[in-house]
Amino acid sequence: MAVVSLTVNGKPVSQETEDRTLLVYFLRDQLGLTGTHIGCDTSQCGACVVHVNGRAVKSCTMFAAQAAGADVTTIEGLARDGKLHPVQEAFRENHGLQCGFCTPGMIMTAVDMIRRIPVLDRATIREELEGNICRCTGYHNIVSSIEDAAKRMQADAKGKAA
Amino acid sequence: MIPYSFSYRRAVSLEDAEALLAKSADAKLLAGGQTLIAAMKMRLAQPSELIDISDLKELAFIRASESVIVVGAAAKHFEVAASADVVRAIPALAELACSIGDPAVRHMGTLGGSLANNDPAADYPAAVLALNATVKTNRRSIHADAFFTGMFSTALEDGEIITEVSFPIPERAGYAKFPNPASRYAMAGVFVAKTGAGVRVAVTGAGACVFRAHEMEAALSKSFTPGALAGIEVDPGELNSDIHGSAEYRANLVSAMAGRAVTAALR
Repeated sequence: MAVVSLTVNGKPVSQETEDRTLLVYFLRDQLGLTGTHIGCDTSQCGACVVHVNGRAVKSCTMFAAQAAGADVTTIEGLARDGKLHPVQEAFRENHGLQCGFCTPGMIMTAVDMIRRIPVLDRATIREELEGNICRCTGYHNIVSSIEDAAKRMQADAKGKAA
Repeated sequence: MIPYSFSYRRAVSLEDAEALLAKSADAKLLAGGQTLIAAMKMRLAQPSELIDISDLKELAFIRASESVIVVGAAAKHFEVAASADVVRAIPALAELACSIGDPAVRHMGTLGGSLANNDPAADYPAAVLALNATVKTNRRSIHADAFFTGMFSTALEDGEIITEVSFPIPERAGYAKFPNPASRYAMAGVFVAKTGAGVRVAVTGAGACVFRAHEMEAALSKSFTPGALAGIEVDPGELNSDIHGSAEYRANLVSAMAGRAVTAALR
């Protein structure tokens, strides 16, 4: 047992937890942030993707202790001031979810993807989604959502620059 | 899934990691954890202590000189894939790093972790062996030909920590793999590297451990073209045979991937 201190969705958090606690259980069971899902629990499906220091990682394959001192963002931390993140907005408008189970991981992966590759084509989006599985097989609209979100964010960035 | 209980320590320096490792008989280093944590969750591994070296800045670097690229053991796959130095000097190495796992795995996994684990289907061992790299540890330097000793085994001794890998810059290099459609691990991955000293060909995924294809090396040293590989197959007797493919099928895949790797190297 040790006290793990980190920042989650902008707020400082300090909690005692077992050294073997995986980050995903820490987030869900100890912090009550159940938006991050456990799908395969074997690092394949990507339902558990969160951002650690701004980078997408699988929270089922990382111990909470490894995140000590880090800045963690979960799906709950994306919307700001009651306004959805552009990627969330694009998933809603493009029907980018069916049952919704994979959606938090898809969205966190998409935000990271757009950060790294601002201009995206559909083939690249599909390659980048290698680590995220949608059991409804709803990939077509997920790809459309990410493509749309990337375009909006690109336009916003240009608007701000101008 | 919940692993057996263990205690977690974050090393603050290489010396600290060495001392922590020396103190406990069954402690393990945590370099990125993308294989180790999965194995611990399946309860296939039961270290009493995990010593986290993933944050050691002294192991997380990429340096370039005229003749070599030196990659720190804690450099993450995405850092190697995105390094301007690696992309310029050994683009095949950057492409290989970018083909490991998925983006989230590449944000955690490290070069040192991959090599120390020596998974039979890991990508990095093929690059290390074909590029005739040198693996440096806290105690010594180990040539690639002596490093990989068998399935999940290496020349590393107890308490030995990989610190960096030095890759000589080749004239040309290429990597091609045939991923298993489900797991995406290489069923056969071939790295070819051409230098003034000749050509080296390393095969991963197909056998119990990465190995060199000497007959292909001889043919490619005479003529560095995909055509030079015509009729050359590795011995299926040495290859894996499982539900994903027979040894004969894998032997054919090795030839096909070798051809593609040469084509990639000639681009």
